[in-house]
Amino acid sequence: MEQPSSHLKVKRAGGVSIVEFADRKILEELSIQEIGEELRAIVEGEPGPRLLLNFQNVDHLASAALGMLITLQKKVQEQNGTLKLSNINRQIFQVFRITRLNRVFDIHETAEEALASFGQA
Amino acid sequence: MSTRGPRCHGTAMKVPPEFGIDDSELIDIAVCNDLRCVREPEAAIMAALKRHGYDDDTIFAIKLAFEEAVTNAVKHGNCNDRSKRVYLRYYVDADRAVFMVRDEGCGFRPKEVPDPTADENLERPSGRGLMLMHSYMTRVCFSEAGNEVWMLKERPKR
Repeated sequence: MEQPSSHLKVKRAGGVSIVEFADRKILEELSIQEIGEELRAIVEGEPGPRLLLNFQNVDHLASAALGMLITLQKKVQEQNGTLKLSNINRQIFQVFRITRLNRVFDIHETAEEALASFGQA
Repeated sequence: MSTRGPRCHGTAMKVPPEFGIDDSELIDIAVCNDLRCVREPEAAIMAALKRHGYDDDTIFAIKLAFEEAVTNAVKHGNCNDRSKRVYLRYYVDADRAVFMVRDEGCGFRPKEVPDPTADENLERPSGRGLMLMHSYMTRVCFSEAGNEVWMLKERPKR
């Protein structure tokens, strides 16, 4: 079932919360904070949360959004969960590569590939 | 460790000579200290880049660097103080894009910002804006006080 929210579209499949972003640009401080809070609420209180962030709609990203993702990853790991990212376009992947965050996050080309890898974890 | 600069409100610089344009060619804009107030000048810069036929990757690079500079000015320089202003100057032609962002804060010492790509800093949530500006732009120069940044992007050879 899809849960409507201001910045995210969330679906559940096979024990994984699959998150798509409603905004094409994740740039502004306030919306980044709100996205961070919405993502935190998804994993809050859930033991071993499994979360997939699908970036297929996103074509711009500010460095503050990278910080928000790092904070989320720490939260998920504290709860013994797993965070994966997928469908990051070439330009945004370059931002992850320049900042070396492609080594910090588990990034997959497609959501299908990412979902299949949860099963292997 | 503080990265604040030695003094506040440094004297406004002129465009660095190595950027290859005359200071009088720049367009000047002052906006309120709110990212929403920057949307209009940003749209004008992006429209100028498109008009001159810059490719998508170069426009992405300039947009990213511009937004990181403006965010730094609003948030860190002017400390989100709505009574302060952000000063912008820009110039775009077929060969280069130049822009300047200045805030009314005390500046900082760019060399003292830790390298966010060092292993020990990789998982810190902040501090990546500056290195992205350096990575995506051809030249990045700060004023002595550190509250003014100039950036040049040379158009990739066609």
